[in-house]
Amino acid sequence: MAKKEYSFYPGCSSQKGASGSNYQVSVDAMCDVLDIQLNDIPDWNCCSASIGYAGGGELPRLALSARNLALSEEANPGQDVVATCAACWLATRETKDRLLDNGGLMKETNEALSAAGLKVEANQNVRHMVEVLIEDFGYEGLGQHVKKPLEGIKIAGYVGCQTNRPFGIDGESFENPMYLDKLVETMGAEPITNYDKKVSCCGGALAFSEPEKSQALIKDIIESAYDSGAEMIATPCPVCQMNVEVYQDQINAKYKTKFDIPVVYYSQLMSVAYGKSGKEAGLDGQVIRAKKLEEIASK
Amino acid sequence: MSNLNQAMVEKYRNSFLQEVQANVEEGDWVKMCMQCGVCAGSCPMGPYWEHPPQEIFMMIRAGKREEVLSSDSMWMCTSCYNCIARCPRGLPITHIMHGLAHYADRLGLAPKEQPTRKFANKFWDNLTKKGRVNELKLGLALYFMNGFFEGIKVALANQKLGLNMLKAKRMSIAEMFGGHGVKDSNGLHAILKKAREIELAKADEFKG
Amino acid sequence: MADEIKIGAYICQGCGIGDRVDTAQMAQVAQRDAKASIAREHEFLCNAEGVKMIQDDIDNEGVNRVAIVACSRRAKTEAFNFQNVAITRGNIREGVIWVRPDTDEARETTQDMADDYTRMAVAECKYIGVPDNSEEAQYNRTIMVVGGGISGMTAATEAAKAGYPVHLIEKTGALGGAAAKSWKRIPQKSPYRDLEDTGVAELISEIEASDKITVHLNSTLTKTSGAPGRFSADITTESGSTTTENFGAIIQASGYSEYDANQLPELGYGKSPNVVTQAELDAMALEANGGPIKTKDGKDINSVAFVQCAGQRSEKEGHLSYCSGHCCMSSVKQAMYFKDQNPAVDTNVIYTDLRMPGAGGEDFYRGGQEKGVTFTKGSVSEVVTSGSELEVKFKDLILNEDTSEKVDLVVLATGQVANSGLNIDEVGQDEPGEWQSNPESILNLSYRQGKDMPQLTKGFNDSHFICFPYETRRTGIYACGPVRRPMDMQQAIEDAAGATMKAIQAVENAGKGRAAHPRAGDLSYPIFRREGCTQCKRCTVECPFGAIDEDEQRFPQFNEARCRRCGTCMGACPVRVISFENYSVDSVGQQLKIVDIPDEFEEKPRILALACENDAYPALDMAAMNKVEYSAFVRIIPIRCLGSTNLIWITDALNSGYDGVVLMGCQKGENYQCHFVRGSEIAHVRMSKVDDTLQSLSLEPERVSVHEVAITDIERAPQIINEMAETIENIGMSPFKF
Repeated sequence: MAKKEYSFYPGCSSQKGASGSNYQVSVDAMCDVLDIQLNDIPDWNCCSASIGYAGGGELPRLALSARNLALSEEANPGQDVVATCAACWLATRETKDRLLDNGGLMKETNEALSAAGLKVEANQNVRHMVEVLIEDFGYEGLGQHVKKPLEGIKIAGYVGCQTNRPFGIDGESFENPMYLDKLVETMGAEPITNYDKKVSCCGGALAFSEPEKSQALIKDIIESAYDSGAEMIATPCPVCQMNVEVYQDQINAKYKTKFDIPVVYYSQLMSVAYGKSGKEAGLDGQVIRAKKLEEIASK
Repeated sequence: MSNLNQAMVEKYRNSFLQEVQANVEEGDWVKMCMQCGVCAGSCPMGPYWEHPPQEIFMMIRAGKREEVLSSDSMWMCTSCYNCIARCPRGLPITHIMHGLAHYADRLGLAPKEQPTRKFANKFWDNLTKKGRVNELKLGLALYFMNGFFEGIKVALANQKLGLNMLKAKRMSIAEMFGGHGVKDSNGLHAILKKAREIELAKADEFKG
Repeated sequence: MADEIKIGAYICQGCGIGDRVDTAQMAQVAQRDAKASIAREHEFLCNAEGVKMIQDDIDNEGVNRVAIVACSRRAKTEAFNFQNVAITRGNIREGVIWVRPDTDEARETTQDMADDYTRMAVAECKYIGVPDNSEEAQYNRTIMVVGGGISGMTAATEAAKAGYPVHLIEKTGALGGAAAKSWKRIPQKSPYRDLEDTGVAELISEIEASDKITVHLNSTLTKTSGAPGRFSADITTESGSTTTENFGAIIQASGYSEYDANQLPELGYGKSPNVVTQAELDAMALEANGGPIKTKDGKDINSVAFVQCAGQRSEKEGHLSYCSGHCCMSSVKQAMYFKDQNPAVDTNVIYTDLRMPGAGGEDFYRGGQEKGVTFTKGSVSEVVTSGSELEVKFKDLILNEDTSEKVDLVVLATGQVANSGLNIDEVGQDEPGEWQSNPESILNLSYRQGKDMPQLTKGFNDSHFICFPYETRRTGIYACGPVRRPMDMQQAIEDAAGATMKAIQAVENAGKGRAAHPRAGDLSYPIFRREGCTQCKRCTVECPFGAIDEDEQRFPQFNEARCRRCGTCMGACPVRVISFENYSVDSVGQQLKIVDIPDEFEEKPRILALACENDAYPALDMAAMNKVEYSAFVRIIPIRCLGSTNLIWITDALNSGYDGVVLMGCQKGENYQCHFVRGSEIAHVRMSKVDDTLQSLSLEPERVSVHEVAITDIERAPQIINEMAETIENIGMSPFKF
């Protein structure tokens, strides 16, 4: 199969020493196997995520994403923009949709961009990495590269919010999308298909500002994974990953639970199944070690 | 009362709904709510909202300007988009909540001590400074947003979390000194400045 | 039928019947017990060869009664359609083999069933004939439409377009009714956003241009008599001159009156000229003619509150308890009067439940919201009037607080009250020979049962609300528009078209002497043995369709074209002098009597089930298709309507040793599903007196049970039979087995 190229928007959390840096490591490993070339958008900036709303008004926020689109159009014309972070994807795609939908906003945004000599047309598709995998490769295509099936691991696919709503992946339902389960199955692991909290909210950015309320949500997400027999949680979103993984100690202290469940990215599952090492799969970036994956990776 | 707020009160004396339609992001949709309450039942933070979106919309129509804009309800939004996905009338409720919160903040009516209001503003300041989020500084700013002593307490409570992240190389002390950022930060700042100008000019127009 | 009766019994072996029962024995039973002249078996009776075998017997052997012993009478009706012979059906497939297990143990009782149904089919054959046209049949294509509003005008033009002459009777001096007093109408076309012209002017010019429509303005009906195909009406003008015209059918489109808002002083009506009803606002809008609507004293209107459900959907004394259906849409329409003219006018619709029915209802609601009409879920308690200022006090039901709004105009959404004339259940009837016209009546029918059509509830004409709209309880007279239920203009237009189709059918059926719905095409009619009549009047009173009058000697006078052939009169008659050529006390009675009643010691009880052919019998057939089993001891006889059940059937059954009797009719009451409206209800009343019969025979009351069964009761109908079988097991066999 010919090499596939995409205009890549890595996002802040993917950077070295940032909270989702291990996600990026595993994405690189996965892309290597699938012969995907990710062409970074040069000098990309933060999308402001959803939580940027308070400080930035509508236009400044649109301008941020529009700048990325403009740079992408310039450097990587004709390529789809791909993001791995749910918030990056959402903000960028929303911007594209709104600019195309509203001529007035398009005009004003370009007026703002012109301050830095840029111009946006919003003519590239904006896609999440998972869409690329499912739509451009297909489950069968993805399965062909599996060298070490993840046999015997029970995985709860935690889709979360922003990779699911409001756009959805591959036309799946908002209430019970199956793509993550299908990916898990394709990698040879056992998906927990009746996982209750599959699309529940982890609190997002409110994990910082409203820790108690958010941790109550996170507790339910983890508890439900345990209840349905999962040994591991997999997710496509860096905020979901972080919130569900790193607060387990604090939740245990507060709720007297004994949570200790690894939370990994789909790309880490794929990297290991594709025969990459634990380090290449970013497993050393786990706060709660994914021992079963490490075992398979080291085989 | 801020000048902008005063101006808006004068202009829309009769209709808060019209004020929202003209000034709040996606505010034009408010009138389309049919009061079914699906949003209220779909929100993960539902129990903590004093007024769920359904009520906020009703209050806007009923002209309860002060109550809406000073409410901390909208600040409960986690941006999970559940309400948008489920609204039978297709209202972009998440965006309207963001828009209302932003507008309230701009007018100086949002509750000062609302933690998400503070964090969200810090987030914006952080990202616009260098064009990319500096997670370490953001985290520290967050810990100290309620004052120094409170900050030490929060920081201590989160000490283990921080150490864990450092160990996993998902947090870097290097961020304290410079850290990531865009190269063309001048250009970025120019864009944001211009965007803000255009938006404020529009508000001025409404003052009209 | 003068010829000698010659019955051929034809027993099918197809569909597994031959494998399950001994058809040779059935053929023998048909001839030996039931006296069929010919009995033949066939392996596939409904195929061309089987049908030909029967036709040959009719042609060559003089067979004039045919008993088809095969599948349900509801199956293969086209194959078994022989001309000029009476046909009965023995239901072996759905009635026997599909409801019984194919086991050795069940074989004997299954065969018993098959033998009995064979006997019954032949016995019924003996007592029915081929009905002939009633000599009363007349053909008159002219249709009378009563009421010149949007419904009546639509009915008139629809009938004219179909080629039927129309006389349109209008009480006032102009056509148009309530619609003509409206400025615009709720949109009827996609995208349902903008208001449309009422269409009244176009309809009027269409009527004026039609050579088929005669309009009688300022006219009322002072007498309507006759029957479908031969109605006669006295049309009297305001000045008192009367012309008499003849009609084939009648459409009543007498519309509605607005509820009297003077009963709503708490909402400020009568206290301030700026509290108006929806009708009054439409009049103001007509006057404004597209310009800004002003208050009655000529002031600008900057804010309007629409108060929904004013005096309706309320159990308060004097209020209407029902929803008038159109008012929410009408308020949106009227709010648009203001918004379209000047978007700055505040319009607020205060509702408890917003009801926007129909294909475009939801879009129209959105259209209102897009134009800036606001909607507040709240219940209004009071409109305070002080000077020109109005304050609407209400409870906000979303924010759960008492609040108020000051406005320049309040519009009350008051309801529709049907113009249905006299409530014949309340006013006394004129005695024969003393009939007098009543100015409050719409139709002034000379019928024995009253001058107007019966009402169902809340003053609306009974028009078979659930299953067959427009079908009233006066054959050949169809109701449409708000006289039969509350509705808006679009619904009234659709209603009028529907009623017109029914009127045309009635005209055509009446011309051929055939029954109207639901036994459309039936040529039979009630035959009355005058010399046996005791003039008890039960038939006249119980006929759900007012078909029976009284002659000068007080004998019942059957108006055959008004009859719907339900047989309720036949069931009512204590001396059994009423029958139909193809349905009679004997045609059922002889079936139940020919059933073999084993003696007590055989432990084979017998249950008689009389099942309404419209719902209960199809439900049992469907149960059979689903292979739902039921007791082998039951013998089911389909009847036209539970209302046709004559008590003698019950008495005869009990006397001949049946252990239980089950009656299955349709739902009765306000939400009736009875095809003949009152049949099931009347039968229930009649059967409530069966206890006397049981007592006189010293039998337990549980032996007779009456049930309401819907066509969907596929599980329940068999269960009712099984429950009776259990009851008999518990209380023991009947002592009347001889």
